Parts: sequence; structure tokens; C-alpha cells
Amino acid sequence: MTLPGPLVFHLGASHHTAPLALREKLALPPERAADLHARLAAVGLPELVLLNTCNRVEFYGVADTPADLAALEAAFCAVTGLEPADFAAIRAHTTGPAALRHLLAVAAGLESQLLGENEIFGQVKDAYAAAQAAGRAGPVLNRVFQKAFQAAKHVRTHTAISEGQVSVANVAVELALTIFGDLRSARILLLGAGDIGEKTAKAFQSRGAAALTVANRTPERALALAQTLDATALPFEHFPHHLADYDIVVGSTAAPEAVVHAAPVASALSRRRARPLLFLDLALPRDIAPEVAELENVYLYNLDDLAKIAAQNLAAREAEVARARALVAEKADALWRQILARHG
Amino acid sequence: MPPLTDRTWLWFAAACYLAGAVLGAVSLLRGRRGSTAAIYMVLAAGYAFQTFGLYLRGVAVHGCPLGNKFELVQFTAWSAASLYLVVGPAFRLSLLGFGTALLAAALGLAALLFPDWDAARRTHVFGGNPWIEFHAALALFSYGVFGLLALVSGLYLLRHHGLKNKRIDGAFALLPSIRDLDVIGLRLLAAGVALLALSLGVGSVWWLREPASVNLFKLLATIGVFLAYALALALRLRGRLVGRRQALAGAGLFLAALLSIAPVNSSRHPAGPDAPPAPEAPAR
Repeated sequence: MTLPGPLVFHLGASHHTAPLALREKLALPPERAADLHARLAAVGLPELVLLNTCNRVEFYGVADTPADLAALEAAFCAVTGLEPADFAAIRAHTTGPAALRHLLAVAAGLESQLLGENEIFGQVKDAYAAAQAAGRAGPVLNRVFQKAFQAAKHVRTHTAISEGQVSVANVAVELALTIFGDLRSARILLLGAGDIGEKTAKAFQSRGAAALTVANRTPERALALAQTLDATALPFEHFPHHLADYDIVVGSTAAPEAVVHAAPVASALSRRRARPLLFLDLALPRDIAPEVAELENVYLYNLDDLAKIAAQNLAAREAEVARARALVAEKADALWRQILARHG
Repeated sequence: MPPLTDRTWLWFAAACYLAGAVLGAVSLLRGRRGSTAAIYMVLAAGYAFQTFGLYLRGVAVHGCPLGNKFELVQFTAWSAASLYLVVGPAFRLSLLGFGTALLAAALGLAALLFPDWDAARRTHVFGGNPWIEFHAALALFSYGVFGLLALVSGLYLLRHHGLKNKRIDGAFALLPSIRDLDVIGLRLLAAGVALLALSLGVGSVWWLREPASVNLFKLLATIGVFLAYALALALRLRGRLVGRRQALAGAGLFLAALLSIAPVNSSRHPAGPDAPPAPEAPAR
């Protein structure tokens, strides 16, 4: 059945449909995203926003024909190296009012791995701003995204879905406390100078962490972040030799493959005697090799694991989620009627 | 009303310990942190009853009541409870109170429910030698310390299992941090080894004077337990026995130590021909 009005769509994959190992392959760093947009230039997609976070790669757009969607999918598979059949197995695709509902739910944090978290709102805003700057947001998506932001704020204000430990940083601190008791003597090593790592480092500092060190592949960024956080900087290539000095290692680099391997960790453990070592892998692709978790006295948590912990507190908020979803549906349907009236 | 016997007081004690264990279990099943003060009070009451019961038994047997399996097990439970009442509030571990109540109830009830363990009572079991009595009491007290260490090791293994399986909610939320459990375990291990070393030091003075007075099996078993714990401590201090393996050692060694009590007791030389079975001691 063909819906009336413009062909508004959402297409992509997220933590709901793809496991962590597969999401690593879907990640679109800036150079890949630029490649993708270059390939799409020839395709008839008048409006397109790319939402690219560690838990989802999604396109929101307006297509002229369904064939344009197939072209988008083919270009995405070509850039990521994913087999079309593999992508088809994890793909989520909606159109019309269902696509609007999905976007509003994403912006409100209802589709987030840490349900109700706030980070996604900023990420959706950034994605929209990037599309605007590149001239890829037109009259339909401008209206859709503006309304999505209003709806997300409304949902957060009028429900309690964001109450409690619903950010990666907060869950990470809660987890660290179950291992170390308090953080007054905990030394933190932050790998990477990205946003999520910075927020997590700040959360540790606010709970009294003893010391913070930043190591980044770009030394200038490590120095700048270290100054901002009142921390010290460490040359990235030196950090494997200093692992024994740290109690918590936060991985948040954009490296294409793991930067922490089992051998240097095993060596560090022999110098740490009985002190446990906590690794928080907030990166995608993952920064810390999974074999590290097999070592004695080591606890490794990736994004999925942190989400699992957050979900353990979910039951109390389920009623709020139902209310939030009802609000999202109401707002999305009203928005679809407006679009039909203006562009149908 | 006839006077209450030592066993009756020990039944009261076991009932209190059991009540503490039930209180802790109910809190745990509800996923809530129970009242540490309530468990502490119930344990303290049980401890008072047990102390009085053992005192009556001591009066009856003319010495420290360590003459049969019943008394040895009761004394071990009493040692664990003593230690918890002294150090428990400092550790602020509500689950340790629950564990201690469970351990003391299990040991106390087992001793009371097996009549054979208390069938043969011996008086003047240490021949009136206060040093040997001190040696035996200290050794049993160290077993109590190792009992608490086994409990802490159990809590450590639970916490470790939760962390490795990404669970920190429900009952896992009631557990102390794994670092705290590790530190407490190390202190208990060091204290137990020190107490047992002191006990063996005192006992060795007597043994050197009269080597024939100590059965070889008892000697080997006691030294074996000491060496195993001392080795665990040395490996722990050198960072060779840490984490889960240390906790497994703490739990496993206590089981071995506990199992060694019976053969050690039965291998002891009788106190002497003038050691008639003691009657049940009434409270005076």
C-alpha cells in the first residue's frame, strides 16, 4: 500500500537489531560518511539526515521513489563492506507516520540502549545541524526535526523516563563503586578525547577519583582535554606500559580496532598484586579486546553490558515508558497530518 | 522447675543464631538491606547464651570445654561469633552478620542434633596444664577466624560471579565492594595464621618436653592446616593467589580444617584414667 504524501522514511540498524560485533562494522567515521554522501549525490534523495552514534546508524529522509531507498541501501553496504543480505537481516525500515514515531521516540531516548538517556537528544540535534550545513535538510525534514525536538522535550518534561542512573557515565560510576567501594584512591586512565569519555571522566572526578590521565592518538587533543579536566596527559603509545598504575581504564577512542590487548594487561596485573582492574569500553568499534575479560581480577564492561545494568533498574520506569510512547504516538500522528496538509 | 542445663542454654543460643539467619535471609529474599542492628542484637543474645552454656560446661569438666566433638564445634561457632561481634561493626557488612548467624546456627545445631558428638565427656582433659588449655583454645579460636574468612570468601565469590555476569542488582546490590571483601579477607587470613602460629608455638613447648604426649596424626593434621593457611597468606602477599582463587582457597581450606577436627579429636590421648564422664551441668 502506498501512503499519501511525501515518501518520508527511516532506514538503518541499531542495538535493537544488531549485536555489538556487527554494529562495529556499521560504524561510519567521518571519512566513510563523506564517501557515502559522495556516492548518494547521484541518487534522488532530496532530503537526508544521517544519525550515526555508537548504538545506531540511521538515515531519515525524503525519497522521490522507493528505488531511491534501494540505492541508498546499496551505497551504504558498499561503503561499510557489508553484504546486502547481512544488512537486510538487521535492517529496520519504516515510512510515513511510523518513521516519524520512530524519530520522535529516538530523540526522546525511548529507543536508547540506556532507556531515557539524554545524550541521544544532542546527537540527533548534531545530525540535523550537519545535514542543514550540507544543504541536505529541506522543508519536510526541517519541520519533522523541529517538531521532534519539541516532542522529545515534552516527553522528558511530562514523564519520569529520565529519572535515575540513565547515562553511561552514571552507570559506569555506579559499577566502579561496586568494585572499589569508593573512588578516593582510584586512578583513572581515559583513552580517547571524545565526548562520552570526557563526560565519564567528569563523573568519576565528581565522585572524588584520586587522579585522571588522558591518552589520545592526537597528542594536542589529549593535552587540551587534560587541561580542561585538570588531569595529566600521557603519550598514547606509552599507555600499555603504565596500565599497572591505573584502577579504571575508560576506552573511548575512534580507533578502527582494539587498542588494549590481553598481554600488556596480564603484565600489568602481575605488578598490581591483588588490586582489581576495571575496563570500561565505551567505544565502537571496541577499544578493548574481549580476551581481556578472561584475566583474573579484571572486569570488562562494554556498552551492551552497561545497558544491561541500566536495564536492571528499568522495571520501575516501565509505566513511564508506556506514557511516553503514547505521547510520542500522539505527537507523531499530529505532525504527519500537518505534513500531509502542507506537502501532500 | 529444674535448673537449666548447659545444653539448654546452648539450644537457646542456636535458636538466636537461627533467628539471625532467618532475619538476614528474609531481607535478602526481599532484595533489601536488612537491619544490621537487629541481626547484631540477635547474635549478641545468642552469644551471651552460648558463653553461659560453655561456661557451665567448663565448670563441669574442670577446664576449657574442648573435650569432645560437640564442645569443639560449639567453641568454633562461639569464636566466629566473638570475632564478628568485635569486628563486624567496623567492617559495616550486614551480610557478614547474616553469614555469621548462619554459620553459628549450623555449627551449633549440628552439635546439638548429633547425640554421639557429646556422648563421651571428659574432665581435666588438659591434665590441669593451663598452657595446653591456652594452646587448644587459641587453635580453636583461629578456626573461628578461618570460619569468618570462609564466609567472606563466599561473599567474594558471589560478588565476583555477579560482576563477571554483569549483575549488580537485587541481592548483589547488598554485597560489599569486591575490594572491601578482599581487604577484609586478607586481614582475617593474617589474623588466623598469627593466632594458629601462636597456638602451635605454645603447644610445641609442651610437645618438646613430652613428644609422646601428642598423637602423630594430630600433629600432622594441625601443622598441615597451619602450613596450608600460611602458604595461602604468603602467596597472597606476593600477589600469586588473588581474586577468585584466593576466595576459593579461603572457603576450601576451612572445609578441610573443619573436617580435620573430628579425626584430630579422636586421635587425642585420653586425659587419663581418672577422667569420668561429666554429667550435664546445671546452672547454679
